[in-house]
Amino acid sequence: MIKTDIVIIGAGPVGLFAVFEAGLMKLRCHLIDAIPQAGGQLSEIYPKKPIYDIPGYPTVLAGELVDKLMEQAAPFKPGFTLGERAETIDELPNGNFVVTTSQGTKHEAPVVMIAGGLGSFEPRKPIIENLLDFEQKGVNYIVKDPDQYQGKEMVISGGGDSALDWAVYFAEKDSFVHLVHRSDRFRAHKDSVTKAYELAKQGKLKLYTFAEVKQLEGKQQLEKVILETKDGTVPIKTELWFPLFGLSPKLGPIADWGLEIEKNAIAVDTFDYQTNRSGIFAIGDVNTYPGKLKLILCGFHEATLAVQSAYKRINPDKKFTLKYTTVQGVQGFD
Amino acid sequence: MSDINITVIDREGVSHKLIAPSDMNMNLMEVCKSYELPVEGICGGMAMCASCQVYVHTNNHFGERNDDEEAMLDDAYNVKPNSRLGCQISITTELEGAEFELAPEEP
Repeated sequence: MIKTDIVIIGAGPVGLFAVFEAGLMKLRCHLIDAIPQAGGQLSEIYPKKPIYDIPGYPTVLAGELVDKLMEQAAPFKPGFTLGERAETIDELPNGNFVVTTSQGTKHEAPVVMIAGGLGSFEPRKPIIENLLDFEQKGVNYIVKDPDQYQGKEMVISGGGDSALDWAVYFAEKDSFVHLVHRSDRFRAHKDSVTKAYELAKQGKLKLYTFAEVKQLEGKQQLEKVILETKDGTVPIKTELWFPLFGLSPKLGPIADWGLEIEKNAIAVDTFDYQTNRSGIFAIGDVNTYPGKLKLILCGFHEATLAVQSAYKRINPDKKFTLKYTTVQGVQGFD
Repeated sequence: MSDINITVIDREGVSHKLIAPSDMNMNLMEVCKSYELPVEGICGGMAMCASCQVYVHTNNHFGERNDDEEAMLDDAYNVKPNSRLGCQISITTELEGAEFELAPEEP
């Protein structure tokens, strides 16, 4: 069991800034995120996009802002559970909460802050009738432990970075890759697209453009995928298909935590951004209240106020008052 | 006045007459959201999701898809020849009288 003062669900910009504000009040934090790196949407969706409305930064790339927030939070030694989705929140008799992830990791704290943004990122699944029959039986939406697939024949679908990167990776590792894409334009980086075309020339990869996997066949395990191409249907014998169409956010288990939900967001009190469950706060894009704006800068403000109430819950009898960082600087944890 | 009139048909088939300002740098996704139509606009208008996909009903208002938009639509669901991303359609006076239909929500 990981024990801390505040469990923060979501390691996006707002969750990271909450670590800093909590640290100033000598509260320790542990962050949980379903994606394997910190930064939330900023890292996952638009790391190379400039942001223009962070006060004091006329322009900053999303990825850079995440790096800066990580640096700012670092003195307060946050813990991270990454690549695991927060599934349940249970309340103990002593009033503490236990947050359990998809992998069963347990975190105990007197305060939970949900900084879950748009929810957790889930793979976008293609629409194929018997798709569910083959999930984990040949159909995989993410590539885990790539070594096990080395040298095998496989079909990869998609035109984005993950599809192209994995196609190139496996083709270079002596697997035979059929790369299937709906058009001849790719969202992926130019470099990986060029590489894929080169590998196709060398006969290590077969590229199908204007093509789509439409049917799956097999008894227990996937045995065959059937493509629809502009020249008709093409059957491919394979035990492996990776539909890599990117990730889309879903509110997911947050909806089952007994919190008041309005329009796909968690209703909070603007006094301290607490939810209807005492001790559970919601900050950033995941919350809603009259006048709500989904802006990073508003999330920073929400995190700062939420932490003040968190302190009072954790230290009910201990006096504290706001201190300016200009007076004492930042005193990190050992 | 720089307001224009457009029609948006929601996923239940209900037609909404919308008045949109053409001088506020708005796009169709934003106009739909301002009328509280069920358009998510998850990525905020960067052509990085397809939650604002619409079908353009009026031929002369189809406009041109840009590269980012084309690439996104290649990976999206329920795409038709008249699909566009609402966030990439700027509200200009040329859209006067245009009609759009919201594409089904992604599964």
